[in-house]
Amino acid sequence: MLSFVAQRVLKGVIVLLAIVVLNFFLIRLAPGDPAVVMAGEAGASDQIFVKQLREKFGLDKPLPEQLFIYVKGVVSLDLGFSFRQQAPVAKLIGERLPATLLLTLTAFAISLMLGILFGTFAARFAGTFLDTGITIFALIFYAMPIFWVALMGILLFSVTFDWLPSFGYETVGANLTGLTHALDVAKHLIMPAMTLGLFFMATYTRMTRASMLEVKRLDFVKTARAKGLSDAVIQRRHVLRNALLPVVTLAGVHSGTLIGGAVITETVFAWPGIGRLMYDALLQRDYNLLLGVFVICSAMVLIFNLITDLVYRLVDPRIEFAS
Amino acid sequence: MKQFWKSMLKSPSGVIGLVILLLAISVAVFGPMLFPNSPWRMVQRPFLPPFTLGAVPLGTDALGRDVFAGMIFGARVSLLVGLVSTLVALVVGVPIGAMAGYFGGKVDDALMRFTEFFQTIPSFALAIVLVAILQPSIYSIVASIAVVSWPPVARLVRGEVLSLRTREYVQAAVVTGQSNTWIILREILPNALSPVIVLASLMVATSILLESSLSFLGLGDPNLISWGYMVGAGRTVIRQAWWITVFPGVAILISVLGLNLIGEGLNDALNPRLSREGR
Repeated sequence: MLSFVAQRVLKGVIVLLAIVVLNFFLIRLAPGDPAVVMAGEAGASDQIFVKQLREKFGLDKPLPEQLFIYVKGVVSLDLGFSFRQQAPVAKLIGERLPATLLLTLTAFAISLMLGILFGTFAARFAGTFLDTGITIFALIFYAMPIFWVALMGILLFSVTFDWLPSFGYETVGANLTGLTHALDVAKHLIMPAMTLGLFFMATYTRMTRASMLEVKRLDFVKTARAKGLSDAVIQRRHVLRNALLPVVTLAGVHSGTLIGGAVITETVFAWPGIGRLMYDALLQRDYNLLLGVFVICSAMVLIFNLITDLVYRLVDPRIEFAS
Repeated sequence: MKQFWKSMLKSPSGVIGLVILLLAISVAVFGPMLFPNSPWRMVQRPFLPPFTLGAVPLGTDALGRDVFAGMIFGARVSLLVGLVSTLVALVVGVPIGAMAGYFGGKVDDALMRFTEFFQTIPSFALAIVLVAILQPSIYSIVASIAVVSWPPVARLVRGEVLSLRTREYVQAAVVTGQSNTWIILREILPNALSPVIVLASLMVATSILLESSLSFLGLGDPNLISWGYMVGAGRTVIRQAWWITVFPGVAILISVLGLNLIGEGLNDALNPRLSREGR
C-alpha cells in the first residue's frame, strides 16, 4: 500500500514538473517582451529601466538557465509577481483557494450523491415512466452550458422569486459572525454549487444507471437472489457496491472539468475563488497570474486523481496495491 | 450501410438527434441567405422585447441588434468550430493511438505517457490559457479545443488497434510482406472505425460547449458572432432583458442535445450487442 502511494505521488510530481516546464514556454509565447510589458505597466518604459528589469528577472540569461530559475521558483512556491494587482501570484492564489475548495467540494458532493441516487432509481425502475423521466432530465442537464444554467438560476431564483442572492460570498457590510455568518455563506453557496453540480449530476446519473443494469445481470446477483436475500439487500450490498466502481473512475476523470466549470461558475456569481481570479487575469492579460492559476489548477487535479485512485482501491479490494 | 441506416432509424434518440442536426445545419447554411439582417447592425431601438415586431421576432439587445439574426449567424460559428476542431483532434489522435497500439513496447509507452500528460491537465483551463496567449481568433479557438480533446481519441484507437492487430487477417497481411503503413491504414483502421465515429459525434457536442464557454468569457473571435458571445453580452443586463441570454442558450442546448442523441443512436446502430444488453 505504502509503496503504491509513493509511486503514485512520484508520478504526480513528475507530471506537475512537466506542466511547470510547459507553463514556462507558454509564458514565453505570450505576446510582448515581458520586460517591456512590465515596464509599461509600471508606467516607465525607458531603455535603462527595461534593461534593469531584464537583469532583475533574469530575462537576459540563456533560456535553459531561465527555465531552471523558473522551476526552482515554482518548487519554492514562488509563482512570480502580478504587476496588475501589485502582489505575489502565490499570495493572491492562497487568499482565493479556500473559496474555490468550498465551492468545488460542495458541488462534487451534491453531484455524486444526487447522481447515484437518481441513477439507482432509474435502474431500479428501468423501463418505467420514472426511468424515462430521469433519463431525459439527465440528457438535458448534460447538454446545457454551465454559464447558461447559472444565468437561468439567477433569473429564476434571484430576479423572479428573490429567494437567493445572485452574487458574492457573503452579504457585504453585514459583519456577521459565527453561525449567522456560516448560514449567510451557505445561502450564497447554494446557487453556484448547484449550478456546477447539476452538469456532473447528469453524468453520474447516466453512469450509475448503465452500470447498475450491467451488474444486475451478473451471476453473483443471481446467487444472492437464490440464497433468498431481500431485494433491498441485493440492490444495496451487491449491485450498488460493484456498480459504483466506474462511477468513481469517472469522478477522477472529471476533476479537471470540475475546475474548468468552477472558472465559469465563479465568474458568473462573482465567487471570490481562483476561477474568478483567472477570469480577472484574463481580462487584464495578466499572464503571470493566469499561468500561476493554471499551475495550481493542475496540481489540484493531480491531488484529486491520487485520492480517487486510493478510494478506488478501497472500494474494490480485488485491485492489488502493488502494481 | 443499408443495415446501418435501418438500425439508426429504429432508435428513437437517433431519429430525434438526426432531425435536430439537420435542422441546425440548414439554419447554419441557408439561414443567413433567407434572413439578411446583419447580426452586428442596429435595426431597432435597444431592449425591444421579443414577439413584438415581426421583423425582429426575438427582440433586440442592448445595442439594438437583432437577437434572431445573431442566433442564425451564430449557428454557423458554433457548428463549424465544433466540426473542424473535432476533425483536427481526430487527425492528431488517430495516428498517435494507431502507432501506440500497433507498434507496442517503447513506442506505446512513450506515446501513452504523452497522452496521459495531456489528459491530466485541466482541459478548460488549458484552453483558456492557449486562446489568451495565441490571441482570440477562430484559428486559435479551433486549435486549443483540438489540443484538449484529442487524448480520448488516441486512447480509444490504441485499444481497438491492440485487439485488432492479433487477428488472423492482420497477421496474414504481415506475412505477405505489406508495409506497416498499409496494414494500419487498409486493414486495421477501417475496422476500428465505429467506436471512433460514436466518440466523434459526442466530441462535436463537447466542442460546441467549449467554444460557447470560451466566447462567453470574452475569448471568442471578435469578428464573428456566436451563441456564447451573445449570452456573455446579455449577462450584465439580465435583469432588464432576459431574452438576450435565454434564446442563444436554448440554441446551444438544442444543438448539443441533438448531437448527444445522435451519439446514442450511432452507438445503438454500430454496437448492437452493447445496446441490447443495456436494456
